[in-house]
This record gives sequence, C-alpha cells and structure tokens, in this order.
Amino acid sequence: MHKPFLTLIFLTFIPLLLEAQQTVSGRVTTAKRKPLPGVNIAIKGSYDGATTKADGTFSFTTSVTGERFITASLTGYQTLEIKTDIADAQQLQLVLRETVNELKMVTISAGSFEASDEKKNTMLKPLDIVTTAGANADIVSALRTLPGAQQVGEKEGLFVRGGTGYETQTFIDGMMVRNPFYSGMPDFAARGRFSPFLFKGTTFSSGGYSAQYGQALSSALVLESTDLPDRSSYTLGLGSVGPSVGVDILTKDKKKAYGFEADYANLTPYFALMKQKQKPTIAPQGANVSANYRMKTSKTGMLKFFVTGSWNRFGFQGESLEYPGFKEDFELENYNVYTNLNYKESLGKGWRVQLGTSYSTNHDRIYMDTIGKHPLPTRIRARQDLSQFRMVFSKNLGRYSLLRFGSEYQYADERSAFNEWNADYVDSYAAGFVEGDIYFTPRFVGRLGGRYEYSSLLRNANIAPRASLAYKLDGKSQVALAYGEFYQKPEPQHLRFDHDLGYMRATHYIASFQRVTEFYTLRTEVFYKEYHDLVKTVPDYNNNGNGYAKGIELFWRDRKSIKNVDYWLSYSYLDTKRDYLNYPFRVQPDFAADHTATLVYKHYISSLQLNLGATYSFATGRPYYNPTRPESEFMKDRTRTLNTLSVNVNYITKIGQAFTVFVFTMSNVLGNDQEYGFRYSSDKLRRSMVGPMAPRFFYLGMFMSFGIDRTQEVINRQ
Amino acid sequence: MKPSRFHLTRKKLNMKQILFSLVLAGGVTFAAQAQSEQYNDAMKQQVGLLDSSNTYNAGGMQQLANTFERIAQAEQTQWLPYYYAAYCRVNEAYMTKDKGKIDELADMALVNAEKAQALKGKDADINCILSMILSARIGVDPMTRGMKYGPESAAVLEEAKKMDPENPRVYMLQGQALLYTPEAFGGSKTKAKEMFEVALTKFAAAKPASSIVPQWGEAYTKMLIEQIK
Repeated sequence: MHKPFLTLIFLTFIPLLLEAQQTVSGRVTTAKRKPLPGVNIAIKGSYDGATTKADGTFSFTTSVTGERFITASLTGYQTLEIKTDIADAQQLQLVLRETVNELKMVTISAGSFEASDEKKNTMLKPLDIVTTAGANADIVSALRTLPGAQQVGEKEGLFVRGGTGYETQTFIDGMMVRNPFYSGMPDFAARGRFSPFLFKGTTFSSGGYSAQYGQALSSALVLESTDLPDRSSYTLGLGSVGPSVGVDILTKDKKKAYGFEADYANLTPYFALMKQKQKPTIAPQGANVSANYRMKTSKTGMLKFFVTGSWNRFGFQGESLEYPGFKEDFELENYNVYTNLNYKESLGKGWRVQLGTSYSTNHDRIYMDTIGKHPLPTRIRARQDLSQFRMVFSKNLGRYSLLRFGSEYQYADERSAFNEWNADYVDSYAAGFVEGDIYFTPRFVGRLGGRYEYSSLLRNANIAPRASLAYKLDGKSQVALAYGEFYQKPEPQHLRFDHDLGYMRATHYIASFQRVTEFYTLRTEVFYKEYHDLVKTVPDYNNNGNGYAKGIELFWRDRKSIKNVDYWLSYSYLDTKRDYLNYPFRVQPDFAADHTATLVYKHYISSLQLNLGATYSFATGRPYYNPTRPESEFMKDRTRTLNTLSVNVNYITKIGQAFTVFVFTMSNVLGNDQEYGFRYSSDKLRRSMVGPMAPRFFYLGMFMSFGIDRTQEVINRQ
Repeated sequence: MKPSRFHLTRKKLNMKQILFSLVLAGGVTFAAQAQSEQYNDAMKQQVGLLDSSNTYNAGGMQQLANTFERIAQAEQTQWLPYYYAAYCRVNEAYMTKDKGKIDELADMALVNAEKAQALKGKDADINCILSMILSARIGVDPMTRGMKYGPESAAVLEEAKKMDPENPRVYMLQGQALLYTPEAFGGSKTKAKEMFEVALTKFAAAKPASSIVPQWGEAYTKMLIEQIK
C-alpha cells in the first residue's frame, strides 16, 4: 500500500507544482532592430503575457510549463508565433514584420494629382475641388490651381506644360468625352459640363499617364463616377443665376439608387445689376436635366447608367474691331446629350472586367453679323456625335502586381456647315492596350505598357510605349520616373478641311519627388517634353510642326501650421517653344507663361459656422501676336502680369428641418486688369484687348437639404 | 475521463488505479474551479483598472486591450473579454496621436466586437462599441468622413436604444455625439446636457448582474456635463 499512497501524495501536489512560477522574457524589434513597444506577448491558451515597454522588452511570470506557443502581436505588424519550451523562454529575441497596407505600398505617382476619398495618400480630396475659391465648383477651374496648369482665361480647357487645351482630354469611367465644356464665345472660356459631385475620384495627370488613355498629347483628366450614395436626399437651391432641385434615392435594400437633378439659369437679373463689356442681346440662359441609375448586381458587381441633357443660349453685341463704329452680333444656341453606361464585375481568380459604352451628341448654332455691313451674316451649324465601346480586363499577379489589357472603339461623326458650305467627316478609331503594374517589392513598382491605335480617317496606326517607375524611400517619401509616347489626331477644326493629316506626337520624360505626411505635402517635378508632327497651316496644311517644353514645378500643402487653416501653394516654371499653325518659326506660344503661381487658402471658423476661402493666382505676361512688328519679331510682345484674388464665404445654419447654406463668392475682388492678349484689325490700325466680360463676377446663393444631411456638399456648390 | 474508458478497463482495475483515477478526477475538478475563479478574478482586476486614471491614455488602453485579448483567446467562449478588448482598443484609437493608426486600431476593435457579438448575440452594449468604432474613424479625416460615418454611428446607437432602452451608455454616447457635432450639423449643447441627465438617472437605476458586466461611463458622463457648464 505504500507505493500507491506515495503516488497519491505526489499527485495531490501536482496542482501546486503547476503553480511554480517561470519567468518569460525577451525583446521585440523590427527587422531593422528598432524596438517595438505595445506588443502583446501571450502564451497561447493562458492569460499569461505582457505588453512590451518603450524599449521593446517584456518580462512576466507564468505557471505554465512545457512546449507552448508564444505569440507576439501589434497593429500594423504580422503576428509572430513561436513554439518553445517555457523553461527556455528567456531573453527571447522576436522580430515582427510590418504588414503591407495601402499606406506603405508605393504607387505610380509621376505626373498625376489624384483626389479620392477611398484611397489614402492622395494629395487632394474630392471636397478640395469644390471648396477652392474662384473655381465656382468647376472641376477644371479648381485644377488650374495645381502645378503644371496655365492661367488661361480666354479658352476653355487645361493648358498643361506647354500644351494647348485640346491636348488635355477628359475621360469619364475610362471613356473619352467629346464635349466636356459648354459652348462659349470666342475669347471667353466656358465652364465644364459636369458637376464635381458626380465623381468620387478625380485624377489630373500632367504627363506620363497610363496606356489606358490615348488621344491626349499633354494631359488626361480621369473622372470616376460615384457608386451608391450613403442615403437618400432632396435638395433645393436658389442662386443669383437661377434655381435647382435634386433627388437622390437609395432603395431600402441599399442595392439600388436612382436620382434626378434639374437646374435652370438665367443671367438677365444679374446683367441688369452688373455691367458687362459687351451688351447682352440674349442674356445667357440654360437648363440641365440629368438622371442616373446605379445598381449592385452582386457582391462585387456594379452597373451604372447616367444621362444628362442640356440646352443653353446667349447673344452679345460688341464694338466691331474691323469696322469702327459698327456693331458685331454673336448668338449661340447649344443642345447636348451625354450618356454613359458602365458595368464592373469580378470574375474570380483575380480576374476583373469593366465594360462601358457611351454616346453623346452636341449641336451648336451660331449666328454672327456685323450689323449693316456686307457680307451677309455668318451662320454656323455644327454637330458632333461620338459613340464608343470600351472593355478592360485585369488580373492580379501575385500579391500586389496587376496585368491590365483592353480595347476601345470610337465612332465619331463630325459635321459643320458654314453658311452653305459643308465640311463633314467620320472617323472609326480603334485602340488596344496592355499594361502591367509590376511590384518588384512593395516599395518598388514599375508600370510598363503600350498602346496601339488606328484611325480610319488618318488611315494610319501608331504604337505608343509607356513606362513608369516609383520607389518609396521611407514611409512618406517617394521618387518616380516616367516616360511615354503620346499620339493625338489633329483638332477637328483642321481635320475637317484636310483629311490627309497624320497624328501629332509628344514624348514625355518626368522625374518627381514627393513627401506626404499627415499634415504636409511636398512635391516637386521636372519634365521635358518633345513635340513632333504638330499641325501647321502654312503654306498649307501639313504635319511639319514641332516644339519642346521643359520646366520645374512645386506643390506645398500645409494643414497644420495655422490653426483651422488649410492652404496650398503651387509654382510652375515653364520654358516652351513651338512652331505650329501659322508660326513662322519656333517661339513661345501665346498660351504659355514663364512663371505661374497659385495660393489657395481655406479657413474654417467653427464658432461662427463660417467657411472662408481665398485663391490668389499669378502669372507672368504671355506672348501675343502684334502684326505691326516685322515677322522676325513674331510673338515678341507680352501681356501684363496676371494677378487675381478670388474669395468665397459660406454660412451654415438650420432653417426648420432643412440644413441651409448661404454662399457668396466673388472672383477678382481687387479688380486687377486681366489682359489675356490682343486682337488686331486687318489694317493693323486698331486693336482690342482680350479679357473677361466684366472685371468681377459674384454669386450669391442659398441651398437647402431635406431628409438627410447633404450640407457639406451644398457648402461647396458655389 | 469518459465512463466508457472505465468499462473497457474494469477487468484490470486494482486499488492503485482506482486511487489514481480518484485523485486525477479531483485534480481536474479543482483545476476547473480554479479556471473559473481565475477568470472572475482576472476580469474583476482588469475591469477595475478601466476607471483608473493611470490607464486613461493610449498606452494604458493598449495594455488593457492586450490583456483582455489574452483572456479572450484563452477562454474562447466568454463574450466579456472580447467586449472589453474592443472597448479598450477603440479608446486607444481615440487617444492615439498617430492618425495613421486609427483605422488599424478601429479594425482590431471591430474584430473583437464582432467576436463578442457572435458569442452574446445582439446586445445594446456591443452596439455602443460598434458606434464608438464608427465615430473613431471620423477622426482620420473629419471633413470627408463625417458625412459617412456620423449618421452610421447614430443609427447603430438608435438600434441599441431599441434593444435596451434602460442602458445608460446609449444616452451617454448620444449626448456625446450632440456635444461634439457642430450646431449647424445638428449638434446642440443643451440637448447634449439633457441626454447626459437621462444617462445619469439610468446609471443610478442600473443594477449590474455582476461586477464584470459593462457598467462604465457614469464618471465620464459627469465629466462631460461639467464641460458644458
């Protein structure tokens, strides 16, 4: 009986023996031997463990014995699990590896400014586009505050790095937009057609962009339409130019949404108050109606349909430059319809597909006359139809890399009639592209691709290689390089008269550095661009033009140094010359200024519920053509330096159940002269300045939002 | 040990084996008791630390969250350690100075809150945590995120109120939302104060089932009321 009894005694003590304490200790660091505090050290299956101290060390006692799993976990790092005997678990040296998230991965950055809510690390947010003073919620006007863009006020579009407005193309969900701007008068820039609130992402690329996009020599403006709204809303607006209504309904199951918007604008009351340079014969007026439908077709699928129609017209009467004492009449009426249907779905195994189709038609009727003078009035009728299909497939390669390929087809029908004389053409354009985003490491990425294009009108094909590299120096800084060949058809106004023209071509080289921290952003780029085969109009149409552009750009954004203030500063230096159109030789073109700078300032006073904003723009004088000089001095003259200050004020309050925002904006507050260039009469005796219709423009509005809070959106719809 | 084992081995049973079995069985029972006592003791101790001013900072919250996570993963079937781990983690997200960490911490809090919900089922207190997680995410970029997460956070609290109208923390969080939302966006200090007073009466009436079920917030509510004055 002795033996069993001894066993019994021994066994009774087992629980006590289990209580015997063992020390577990060690240190946790990164691969670079940086100590990691806050790491949760645990023995799997027991409570015992500790949190590492500032020097990464830990030490705790445990009653657990034998072979066990010890885990070390910390947010932002991969959890480490080691198997060890507790008796040996002293002075453990544990190394944690960082998890690779979006913030730590390098992204293709050369040449592009992105505004997105979804992606982190972007330099702008979609709200920034609409809160910029002076932009009046126009996408292109807001982007003009970024480096690379010129302060051109007499023509619509973005003039980027020595390129013309035509060299920047707009893409919505990957598809090119034929008429992204309203039709305007010669020498006066018109607004963009599309409200910034339609888009969740806006990318302004000033060069070196993806092979997905073609037919833009200088720049691509890539817009991504919004998905389902967070909730339903109703809005009502009343402004100094007219009223607007909007409904956006999200269905109960949150899988579908549909919306309508309508607005009407008429500047008759405004013009009664504010005198314009020319006399309005038909005050600018117009109506827009749009509808959309968005549906989640599956967990990963999304179908979106958008249609918008607009009508607008205006007429002005000004002094005739050609015939002193006579009046010139200009009237325009425009109809436009734009549709876009887009479908995205994941096909499994890392495959994704995006299908899109778009149709747009634009009609302009223009009437021009020098009253009481021969020849007879000029009537221009122009119509542009563009139908297109686009298909893109992508496939994940490994953990981070991606292969993308696709094709697109565009059918363009361009008609114009100048009195009895017609100049029409159609073009079938097809393109295919392949591109890979190859992550050599999470910090080093290369994008290599190419694009093939064929135009039936030009009866010619081209192949455009593109390449981009980006390397992340640390968590916040990265360097990037980009190269690419870019082709574009000549402008429709030339192509309709000469169908034998060929593609124009530009080669981009870009080097950039950027540092993005929580409150500060610094970015600088140098670029060199070579132009080939530009269109010349003398002695007759040909592709013998050429040119170059080079420069350096700087962007600085600071959201911290001044309390409640967010500001950014852009500076661009541009050296460009080109020989194109009727230029006798290579000169600096009339849309290019040597130095351009912009300061955007945003101030929020929460106690008064006021948002104040200001934008100051500066540009050195641009060349203009003075026919009284000899040809050797072509484009020798410079306009005055451009200085403009624009401000906006928003006051947010609640009236009844409706959130209400009062908006006031004013452009060119100081009334500085804005000299964009000069026009000369054919006898060279008289000239007139090209400038805005009035020194200042102001806007006053009130927006109410019912049902749900949409105030933030409305604040910015100035 | 399963009874079937005994049947199979009955033939060979001798005294030594019987004694051994008895001792072992006693040891197991003892261990099981110790385990549940250990759980209660550990939880009591850690829950007690929640209100300490020493832990009311990002580092302290991280340490507590770590401890609750260890208890949670050792226990597996208890919802409270997951609940408290989520609570401490979301507080860490509020208190961290590194805005870049907020989303990662909120994600971790969410994982714990969802595990608590899987064990406990729908619960007003877990909804309170879910609401706090959504509010914490606003901090990353209030201008663009407020519009999305603000109303979502409020909706989760509304749901909590339906589940348990007597839960004081629901009113406390609603009051807090009213206090920190600008007036133009529906915030109101007077309404916040009213809400805090409701919370305090509910705190006074609350009878926690044990010392480790959720019962935090009374002192914090009083502190917030002080701020309004």
